[in-house]
Amino acid sequence: MSETAREIEELAAASYEYGFSTDLDTDIAPPGLTEDTVRLISGKKNEPEWLLDWRLSAFEAWQSMKEPDWAKLEIAPIDYQGLSYWAAPKQKPVLESMDDVDPEIRDMFDKLGIPLHEQKMFSNVAIDAIVDSVSVTTTFKATLAEAGVIFCSFSEAVRDHPELVREHLGSVVPVRDNFFAALNSAVFSDGSFCYIPAGVRCPMELSTYFRINSQNTGQFERTLIVAEDDSHVSYLEGCTAPQRDENQLHAAVVELVAKDRAEIKYSTVQNWYPGDENGVGGIYNFVTKRGRAHTDAKISWTQVETGSAITWKYPSVILQGDRAVGEFYSVALSSKRQQADTGTKMIHIGADTTSSIISKGISAGRGQNTYRGLVKVLRSAENARNYTQCDSLLLGSDCGAHTIPYIEVKNPSAQVEHEASTSTVGEDQLYYCRQRGMTEEDAMSMIVNGFCREVFDELPMEFAVEAQRLLSVSLEGSVG
Amino acid sequence: MLHVANLTASIGGTPILRGLDLDVGAGEVHAIMGPNGSGKSTFAHALAGRDGYEIDGAATLDGVDLLDMEPEARAAAGVFVGFQYPVEIPGVNNMYFLRTALNSVRRARGETEIGARDFLAVAQEAMDLVEMKKDFLHRAVNAGFSGGEKKRNEILQMAVMQPRLAVLDETDSGLDIDALRIVASGVNALRSPERSMIVITHYQRLLEYIKPDFVHVLVDGRIVNSGDHTLALHLEDHGYADFVNHELDAPERPLSGAAT
Repeated sequence: MSETAREIEELAAASYEYGFSTDLDTDIAPPGLTEDTVRLISGKKNEPEWLLDWRLSAFEAWQSMKEPDWAKLEIAPIDYQGLSYWAAPKQKPVLESMDDVDPEIRDMFDKLGIPLHEQKMFSNVAIDAIVDSVSVTTTFKATLAEAGVIFCSFSEAVRDHPELVREHLGSVVPVRDNFFAALNSAVFSDGSFCYIPAGVRCPMELSTYFRINSQNTGQFERTLIVAEDDSHVSYLEGCTAPQRDENQLHAAVVELVAKDRAEIKYSTVQNWYPGDENGVGGIYNFVTKRGRAHTDAKISWTQVETGSAITWKYPSVILQGDRAVGEFYSVALSSKRQQADTGTKMIHIGADTTSSIISKGISAGRGQNTYRGLVKVLRSAENARNYTQCDSLLLGSDCGAHTIPYIEVKNPSAQVEHEASTSTVGEDQLYYCRQRGMTEEDAMSMIVNGFCREVFDELPMEFAVEAQRLLSVSLEGSVG
Repeated sequence: MLHVANLTASIGGTPILRGLDLDVGAGEVHAIMGPNGSGKSTFAHALAGRDGYEIDGAATLDGVDLLDMEPEARAAAGVFVGFQYPVEIPGVNNMYFLRTALNSVRRARGETEIGARDFLAVAQEAMDLVEMKKDFLHRAVNAGFSGGEKKRNEILQMAVMQPRLAVLDETDSGLDIDALRIVASGVNALRSPERSMIVITHYQRLLEYIKPDFVHVLVDGRIVNSGDHTLALHLEDHGYADFVNHELDAPERPLSGAAT
């Protein structure tokens, strides 16, 4: 383990040398959501007229929409007028040292093996200027600029590359797509923008770790990634630290555009505060993620979801062009009182399009885990293929696992396969490991990690290590 | 080294072991033979600490009471069971499993853990012993293994764990003659003056390859006869009928199971 710990330390150190800045805007709008709120947000951000109009059209749409109620989730009513929509660049008090951090959070960091540098950042402790962060940032930006890659905050993109943003914003997830996407479109605070020019293979993995201010993007994040013809990019999102955010509602939108022969690999590890054993607190996570894959393009979603009280999330691929490929690899864990309703949508439009779905759901404590997936083959999608595998693992007798696949096929040449399994961690497996000297908890964590192997293999190495550790920590206390 | 006295085990009130006595000295190999349902596997599980049994009596290893310990603590104390039906653990790399197992017991004993590179040498030596190919280490634990591969994997684990006491539960079942030879030569290579072994088997065949110092006959949860390896030959010719009948005729007769 010491080796992996060192690996993480090196990686984290590499990441955090890029420094970060703090948004000093302390404005907080009064609670409530009206057209004026939308205007206020847009005004604060000095946005162009077209973007304000776009936000307003989303707001208008949102007003006439209803929260989706089809998911297998029990959600206390959300008072949308009781929230403040310009609290996004949230100000946390800057702490003098790690000693000021909540011991429970520090304990969690230790368990995760997150190095001190990273801990400080997550805890909003002022980082001492050990490294010349400016020069490192410059090196990092220079490398990307040399390749022609644009990677910046969404606000910067609106300012510096308005034509690109305008062309693609809402092109994959329209403002009226669903209740939460409409809400996000109206009030999104910030997010990330990536642009990979034609023929470019992005020289490094792009991570929200790298991007300045990523910790402050708030409740309504907006991400847009555009990969031009023949380009390639791998994007990592998320963090493995518990974010004790008092903001309950999180509604993000991610749009991916993969042009001809381009490839986008999008990996997420999400561990927001899940709430306690009694279901008190925790993040409500309503996310719309979708990509459009053009001819011979490939979009791959990999997600490890262990946090949040509520997860409502279906990263999808529109297989628009011929021979486009869509992939979805998912590990979703629900323990305590967590509820996850997650899966994917694969929409086959082009001929010879293929999609594969590997979903691993783990339920523990009193968690409820639902896989909900749609495979849709349109009339135009000659010889479309899909393979779906949904495996559920139950730990204990008070949790639930549910699999709800929707398959709609309009073209008789399609081949759609669906496999599902439900299992428990066997007594005999635990006994076998314990006879070989492992504690019950170590054995459980090893078996569960093995169950998730196919998905972890899809993650970039540094993420896979963190995901494994995260899973072990999340499962603590689930044994016996 | 291993001392078992009046060991009883039952499941849900149904007795399986009815007062088993056995002493195994350091460096000795004992074979336990017996008909189906006589309690052979239960004996192995009772020593390993499997849940679900009501256990009474005594079992000590080097004077340490095993019966109050968790299974992992018994493993750390040096108990190893080669299972009749090794379980599959999908997605868990064999090498990772082995190293985790070894380091778990090392940690429990207060020894330093072995790093990945040093472990490779340990694993390689063990692999040679059971004539395993290298790719074996990178496959998931027992997943998709043939019956013979599973049993060889048990011996491989034993070679890595270097236990004080190895209990091999029907390691020969389901093996063809080549696999049997490989498994047996692996076991023989691991015989040592510091290690005791209990070989549980149905058939005398295995004992042609692994020469036991003592043979015990287990019937209805008790050891009803003990002898040297010629006893196994006798069983081969006559079956267990003698002992089963004997037991029925004289159920109250006190039986001395201990061979040493």
